[in-house]
Amino acid sequence: MVIGERKPFEEITSMAEGNKKILVLGCGGCVTVCLTGGHDAVRVLSSQLRMARDKMGNPIEIIEKTVERQCDPEYVEEVHDIIPQVDAVLSMACGVGVQYMAERYMDTPVYPALNTTFVGGSKKEGYYVERCQTCGQCKLYYTGGICPIARCSKSLLNGPCGGSTKGKCEIDPQVDCAWQLIIDRLRSLNQMDRYEEIMTNNDWRTNRDGGPRTMVREDFQR
Amino acid sequence: MAEFQPTIVAFCCHYCAYGAADLAGSMRLEYPTNIRIIRLPCTGKVTPVFLLRAFEKGADGVYVAGCLDGDCHFIQGNLVAKPRVNYTKKLIQEVGLEPERLEMFNMSAAMGPRFAEVAREFTERIIALGPSPINKKYRNTSGQ
Repeated sequence: MVIGERKPFEEITSMAEGNKKILVLGCGGCVTVCLTGGHDAVRVLSSQLRMARDKMGNPIEIIEKTVERQCDPEYVEEVHDIIPQVDAVLSMACGVGVQYMAERYMDTPVYPALNTTFVGGSKKEGYYVERCQTCGQCKLYYTGGICPIARCSKSLLNGPCGGSTKGKCEIDPQVDCAWQLIIDRLRSLNQMDRYEEIMTNNDWRTNRDGGPRTMVREDFQR
Repeated sequence: MAEFQPTIVAFCCHYCAYGAADLAGSMRLEYPTNIRIIRLPCTGKVTPVFLLRAFEKGADGVYVAGCLDGDCHFIQGNLVAKPRVNYTKKLIQEVGLEPERLEMFNMSAAMGPRFAEVAREFTERIIALGPSPINKKYRNTSGQ
């Protein structure tokens, strides 16, 4: 899932400054799972904003709503009757959702309440780790299911560097050496022959380096 | 000018804190009338939204009272409540409220005197902090 974190409160209040009535729009997708932008987070932020503005003597009216996702036009459309009632939208979705909202509702400012940080998963509830850098050339077949691009600090493709110490990366004792993990896994799977195959220099064109990416399913085009 | 009488909301779990409140009543113990008790099945039901909404509607102080650590009727409810209360202290601080206005207390159903003591001490703490700067229109204006 895409992981995001709520922006510092002062930053959000300065974005809402000058607006008398706003829509705080949550997203039922990734940000609900990582507990930062779903229905509950909308209620928390709205309550905080109302209190902060009340304290300043400049009350704000907030419409609270959460849609299934903000990255599909059909769901973004669902709030079309609310938009004319508000001065601005504070979107609690990831960067994608904010942009979808802004593109659809061109006459109303749409502001991000979150900083979208990485693509990852949960280790346990409330604890999220980065696992994928969307390089577009998945190598997990060769590395026992552990990604050297995302999890190695240097994104090395052919084994650990000299800084790998007792299974940890030299940049931080809390960070596992990805290549240690890879070798351990390949050993337990009896796939060490894959470690022996040299991975040639990476083709970064399929990554963001090649420009903004699209994906098209021809069988769904009408 | 009349002395400030705070409005304090106490989220009490049915099995321990509410039982303690009940016992305090049976024992005819005196504690401040500022406390408005809200009974929950378990403090595990408390989320930051409950606490924020209480402040939003004009509470000067809020506390959550649950079972003693390890003794929650629902095993872990009071254990999940504690980090939520601590997190909410940060949330109210962001808004400009003192984090001391929110607290979590633990007690057993047999601790009637402790319930009364918590009510007294927390009321004194809130009186010292003064009225909440939020939402004066919801405030109870009698005596002010």
